[in-house]
Amino acid sequence: MCGDHTEEAGTMSVPRYWREEVPRYRLLGKMCAGCGAKFFPARPVCTECGSTEFKDHKLAEAGEVVTWTVIRNPPMGFEKYKPYVVALVELEDGMRLLSQVVDVDPGEVQKGMRVEAVFRRVKEDGRTGIIQYGYKFRPVVE
Amino acid sequence: MRKVAVAGVGLVKVSEHWGKALGALFADAALQAMKDAGTDDVDGLYVSNMSGALMQEQLNMGAHMADAIAKPGLSAVRVEAGSASGGVAFHEAVKAVASGYSDCVLVAGVEKMSDVLPDVVTKSLVMEEEQEYSAYTGVTKAGLSAMLHRLYLDLYAEPSDVGMMAVQSHDNAVGCRHAQYPFRMSIERAMDSPMEADPIHMMECAGVGDGAAAIVLVPADTDGVEVAGTTVATDYCSLPMREDPLTLGAVKTAAEKAYKMAAVKPGDIDLVEVQDDFTINGVLSLESLGLVERGKAAKLVAEGGAARDGELPTNTFGGLKARGNPLGATGIYQVVEVALQLRGAAGDHQVEDAGVGLAQNMGGLGSTCAVTILRRLGR
Amino acid sequence: MKTDRQVGVVGYGAYVPIYRLEASEVNRVWGGDGAPVEEKSVVAPDEDTVTISVEAAKQAVRRSGVDPSEIGAVYVGTESKPYAVKPSGTIVAEAIGATPSVSTADYEFACKAGTEAMQNCIGLVGSGMQRYAMAIGADTAQGRPADALEYTAACGGAAFIFAERSADTVAYLEASYSYVTDTPDFWRRAKEMYPRHGSRFTGEPAYYKHIQGAAKGLLAETGYEPEDFNYAVFHQPNTKFPIRVGRGLGFTMDQIDPGLVAPKIGNTYAGSTPVGLAATLDIAEPGDRIFAVSYGSGSGSDAFIFTVQEAITWKRGGPKLASFIDRKKYVDYATYLRFRGQIVQ
Repeated sequence: MCGDHTEEAGTMSVPRYWREEVPRYRLLGKMCAGCGAKFFPARPVCTECGSTEFKDHKLAEAGEVVTWTVIRNPPMGFEKYKPYVVALVELEDGMRLLSQVVDVDPGEVQKGMRVEAVFRRVKEDGRTGIIQYGYKFRPVVE
Repeated sequence: MRKVAVAGVGLVKVSEHWGKALGALFADAALQAMKDAGTDDVDGLYVSNMSGALMQEQLNMGAHMADAIAKPGLSAVRVEAGSASGGVAFHEAVKAVASGYSDCVLVAGVEKMSDVLPDVVTKSLVMEEEQEYSAYTGVTKAGLSAMLHRLYLDLYAEPSDVGMMAVQSHDNAVGCRHAQYPFRMSIERAMDSPMEADPIHMMECAGVGDGAAAIVLVPADTDGVEVAGTTVATDYCSLPMREDPLTLGAVKTAAEKAYKMAAVKPGDIDLVEVQDDFTINGVLSLESLGLVERGKAAKLVAEGGAARDGELPTNTFGGLKARGNPLGATGIYQVVEVALQLRGAAGDHQVEDAGVGLAQNMGGLGSTCAVTILRRLGR
Repeated sequence: MKTDRQVGVVGYGAYVPIYRLEASEVNRVWGGDGAPVEEKSVVAPDEDTVTISVEAAKQAVRRSGVDPSEIGAVYVGTESKPYAVKPSGTIVAEAIGATPSVSTADYEFACKAGTEAMQNCIGLVGSGMQRYAMAIGADTAQGRPADALEYTAACGGAAFIFAERSADTVAYLEASYSYVTDTPDFWRRAKEMYPRHGSRFTGEPAYYKHIQGAAKGLLAETGYEPEDFNYAVFHQPNTKFPIRVGRGLGFTMDQIDPGLVAPKIGNTYAGSTPVGLAATLDIAEPGDRIFAVSYGSGSGSDAFIFTVQEAITWKRGGPKLASFIDRKKYVDYATYLRFRGQIVQ
């Protein structure tokens, strides 16, 4: 593994990306048909009752920052965005997820900061591969 | 099941071994351990390695390492559990001997991180995490621990308290022949170093190195170092799934079962090797192992409690930070170091009256944990 | 042009990214002294025409009260598509939940690609082919370094969901008009990063001629005079052109001002007239009549007359365009180049 990673193409799996499009684009999780427990992302087996039957569940699109970090040495594919904030966000409906927080200076992030979901580029498969899109969060715009 | 003992150990200095490939490094440690055990008649091989598939494009490492030590026909397999590969491989090896299936098992770890560029190392570390919704965010392994670090600072400690985990590890490594960084590091140096992933400073993170370590296991006799407890536990892998993010559930579960298996209490542990790949991981591990009360580990370390002559000798040869962290091999290094302590063969690093020692090897953000408790027999 | 059944806007949204580059910063680097706008909007490295379109579209859906699965068309007009081949429309449609019973396509006609999309959505709804059809105009315009257009090539977009006129529509369309000739004032060849333009030729024979042509054509067809309108929105490549063309047609600054956002965000190209229209709807009252004319190089103009309805008063919740315009962080020229991917690595 050496050489110019920015030009590396063909390493991202199109089916893997495509499978997660709808959950990522629309913040769509799952609710267990047996006991009502909610999950994001979806999982094959309910952690509460063991059921394998689920219904779609739309997550809230706003929440607050629980804890966060600033990534200064990104993994491959994310270099051009550094430094960027990644946070544990708790949504208004109680669901939690990890997300980048954008449109903010890293120094401005605070515990409890109110954030809302946005649709952004996540990374690209080099110059010629597909563009990955998905959710991030930004400070709420009133 | 019969008791198992450590018959032989082998260690390679953690360093950048530019001139040695996987097999050569592996053989160094393996041959040392078999020589130390007084036998090379092994009937099983467990290879622990985390990133050989990515970094050396090498799969099927059980066969390749058996090949490297010239043992065709040997039953061999590579065990991978992220950063916990070593501890988990050790666990599998113990079971083979304990069950009676095998009589003399070699378990050895090897990792060559210097073969790849730093961003490949970063990618490899985050491959331990769930890919589609955690790694998806561009978070790194450091970044995940950093989020816990921030929560811990809010509640329990100052940044320099947690930073002392790295300082103490360095203190313990001074003079250690197999350590990557056998020199002191001041708290100022740690706290002044650039941020790796806020609030974790670069000098609070274990470095990148190559290494190999090996152990030969046999049925226990009346003397020597026995495996009193060996457990592996997992936990839900992603941070959003954690009810209490500062409790490392896999560590807690593995530890509780290990204490029970060994018939010891946390207070009976004379020394501990913990996963300080990041200072906060070491701190949280001490707490989740039940060795220090919740919220008190950073302060304990900051006040000298983790020194070799302290109340809880920790990372007695430098831990992951100073001895080094060659990923898949680290868990074996830890157990070898505990064994050396219990044998009374730790030289300048000796913990007085070491009778029971614990090694904790953790993968992912506490998603896999192997706990090993060794006991000096005939004590 | 009129439709068989009357068409209205059932929901709309607009978005501008947070970053700004001041004209004075461009001057600092290149030694010029121009200021065709005060400052322009700049995308973050993780934004593009698709993400801008989704932001505007989601706001439009929210305000419309429509179930997105019933939206039958999503047309995106832009000259900065992220893919040369793969429609932006499919990504937007998937993101808002309009798939799979939906038609999508990307439109191109330089800065009038957005209003192109609008004309076609009006046709779909007016003919009864679709119940709901969404048109989006959005761009992340590329400015050639040191060129006059670097001051103004900006990023932003707006979305309009068209439906049959009803009590739920915030404004209905009275008529529209398209005026097109082959006038090569500004173009970009395939695989080129930056466009080229004819400098002063882009004025009178291009921008002015076509806006005037469409405006006069629509006014003649409908019998309206400029004073019959409360607001007038024109394609805004800079601060001066829309004022000059508007006044030349007989409109006043009071009519033009609310829709004139270029001074603060620059020229959002295919987003320009749509965003100006959204800014106007943000402050318009029921009964107001709005005159809107776009311009796209190559060249052509689409003109529209909208009359605002009661529903506007309860269907423009959430952040208005002004909130996005006022939300800003300045970048220096180097950071601007970095964000726009113009630094060779």
